[in-house]
Amino acid sequence: MDYRLPKQDINTEPFMRQSPRYNRKDVFMRTDKAYKCEITNIVELTPTEKLFHLKILSDQERRIFEFRPGQFVMLEVPGFGEVPISLSSSSNNSEYVELCVRKSGRTTNMLHRAKTGAKLGIRGPFGTSFPMEKMAGHNILLVAGGLGLAPLRAPINWVSEYRDEYKDVHILYGTKDPDQMLFTYQYEEWQKVDHIKLLTIVEKANKDWNGRTGMITDLFKDIDIKPDDTFAIVCGPPVMFKFVCDHLDGLGIPMNRMFVSLERRMHCGMGKCCRCMVGSTFTCVDGPVFDYWSVLNLKEAI
Amino acid sequence: MIHKVITKNEFKKFVDGLIEENQTFGPKQVDKRADGSGIYQFKEVNSYDDMDLDYTVTYSSVKNFFLPFREELSSFDFSDKGWDQTVEYRVNPRVIIGVRPCDINALNILDKILIGGAYPSPYYMARRTNTFLVGMDHEPLDDCFCESLGHDTVHRGFNLFCTDIGDKYYLTISSSKAFGFLKNVKVADPVNGDSVKFHERRKYLRDSFKTKVEVAGLPSVLDIEFKSPVWKKWGDKCLNCGTCAMVCPTCYCYGIEETIDVNLKSSRKERVQYSCNLVDFAEVAGGHNFRPLKEDRLKYRFYHHYRGFAQNADDPICVGCNRCGRACLARINPKDVISDLQMED
Ligand SMILES: Cc1cc2nc3c(=O)[nH]c(=O)nc-3n(C[C@H](O)[C@H](O)[C@H](O)COP(=O)(O)OP(=O)(O)OC[C@H]3O[C@@H](n4cnc5c(N)ncnc54)[C@H](O)[C@@H]3O)c2cc1C
Ligand code: SF4
Ligand code: SF4
Ligand code: FES
Repeated sequence: MDYRLPKQDINTEPFMRQSPRYNRKDVFMRTDKAYKCEITNIVELTPTEKLFHLKILSDQERRIFEFRPGQFVMLEVPGFGEVPISLSSSSNNSEYVELCVRKSGRTTNMLHRAKTGAKLGIRGPFGTSFPMEKMAGHNILLVAGGLGLAPLRAPINWVSEYRDEYKDVHILYGTKDPDQMLFTYQYEEWQKVDHIKLLTIVEKANKDWNGRTGMITDLFKDIDIKPDDTFAIVCGPPVMFKFVCDHLDGLGIPMNRMFVSLERRMHCGMGKCCRCMVGSTFTCVDGPVFDYWSVLNLKEAI
Repeated sequence: MIHKVITKNEFKKFVDGLIEENQTFGPKQVDKRADGSGIYQFKEVNSYDDMDLDYTVTYSSVKNFFLPFREELSSFDFSDKGWDQTVEYRVNPRVIIGVRPCDINALNILDKILIGGAYPSPYYMARRTNTFLVGMDHEPLDDCFCESLGHDTVHRGFNLFCTDIGDKYYLTISSSKAFGFLKNVKVADPVNGDSVKFHERRKYLRDSFKTKVEVAGLPSVLDIEFKSPVWKKWGDKCLNCGTCAMVCPTCYCYGIEETIDVNLKSSRKERVQYSCNLVDFAEVAGGHNFRPLKEDRLKYRFYHHYRGFAQNADDPICVGCNRCGRACLARINPKDVISDLQMED
């Protein structure tokens, strides 16, 4: 008499729905196993934000890792936690990725104490991206509030690299006060080399600030927008992007030509933990990039 | 699918054989309610007589065998040079006996989400493929409503299913393993009378449901009633305890916890079952909470269960076992909430 179940039977029983990736252990592992990286450089942008250059250590894994502007990775600080962070570098840079991280909790505080040479893990890339090809041949408005410049830097890099495919490109950037401005060392390059018009504004000036003060939408008065020939990417806190998108809607830019990146709590990045749900949509799989029309149609989005 | 019949005596021999050779779990009475009815759970068993196969429904569902409350996803070993991550998802084979149709349907729904999605879960998959499931039907409790959702019968997702037709079980065999094991005992091909009894039993069970929940058009009702005051009425009662999600056979939301071991040389990353009714479910760094109110969170749970997600082909994921209704201290139950919503104009 034999009733013994085979040990470690990893074969599907006929009742199991066959998954196309099934039996491919490597693919499986990749979803929960992080690519090991080394911090090769750290740039202190502000007292609370740092830019980390991370190089994936294995040559093979580095070749596999490809992303598009707007996507994010799950950044693992072993022993402390895993957090979603937008890819902030150029998608053509296959040597290392750049992540701009604000110190805001348990994991990110720990990360800010890391030094060059430390090893971290990344999983991904995850999520949807900005349709950069679809925007070719048009004017582009890149609008960021605060930390929103971090995810916006990937499309900015894309536009600089393929500059002649786009017509007028504007970056509008607003922060609370001048000290919070990110990537200030790149502004000249963007304007002079890449011919991107950059306009900045702060809510509260300090004594060194001789630029504009006010709300980000004030900047729209300074530029000439052609509603039927313009695409917009807006990154920032929900109140800000709603404000900006409604303004652009008023100017006549179709809602499906405005793109925003949503932020929610995330624990997996793979559509399984449900922490990132907005209504019945997963921010990590169906987002984080949505066009504004879809956002308005999501229950609980704003 | 192959059908056979087996006498209850032979079935006992069959089960004892399974128990002898494998780690086996079955329903056992663990406590009694004030009204004398039993409280059952799936426990490890040592013989056929150890089990209470005539149980009504277990307090927790079999989900816990596939999505344990706490489960290690990976571990990190630290050294001078950095760290190494180990991902381990092997489990030992085991047998579970006496699972009800609604619970098996719940597993089929979880299969769709956790295996069929873009990123299949190897942990769930390993547990699922290494579990030999023997299903068994039973009369419903007064408050069961799986029939309304079409989950009172099950066609797949088990190895063997037993329908009680008097002195025999009518067997539905859906895996080669089960077919092989049954060679150890006397089984017969069903004769005409057996099949008649099988259909009668099915009809009898279907007719014994006392609770009905109207689910036709529920997804659109939920979309339309998104701002309904009904959510506040029920939300105000909710204690945010998360019990409903723990006992539910299809709730699968989770959180990740990482802890450094006391020796400081290693750390563990664990998946911990969570509930969307818990206050910080959607809270992010800096303290912003995307669902600050009780009613937001309760609504969200119903939304997920009856409106469904794209990942699940927009199907409701509730199977109608009413475990949540029975376990809730605030007396919140799907039937009442849904009928309240449908009364809204
Ligand atoms: C798609 C996406 C892109 C992001 N890109 C960036 C970026 O480029 N730079 C940056 O500084 N921050 C970014 N964030 C926010 C960042 O993920 C949070 O600041 C971070 O998770 C806080 O983790 P913590 O452990 O330090 O904080 P705690 O408050 O201690 O968080 C504990 C856990 O809660 C979860 N969590 C908390 N806040 C958030 C949040 N806002 N979003 C998602 N999960 C959260 C995480 O799982 C975290 O491990 C992004 C968030 C999302 C969703
Ligand atoms: S069991 Fe009841 S009180 Fe507890 S979270 Fe669920 S609905 Fe709320
Ligand atoms: S009745 Fe309650 S416990 Fe049972 S499946 Fe539906 S939501 Fe889950
Ligand atoms: S982050 Fe887990 S489902 Fe989106």
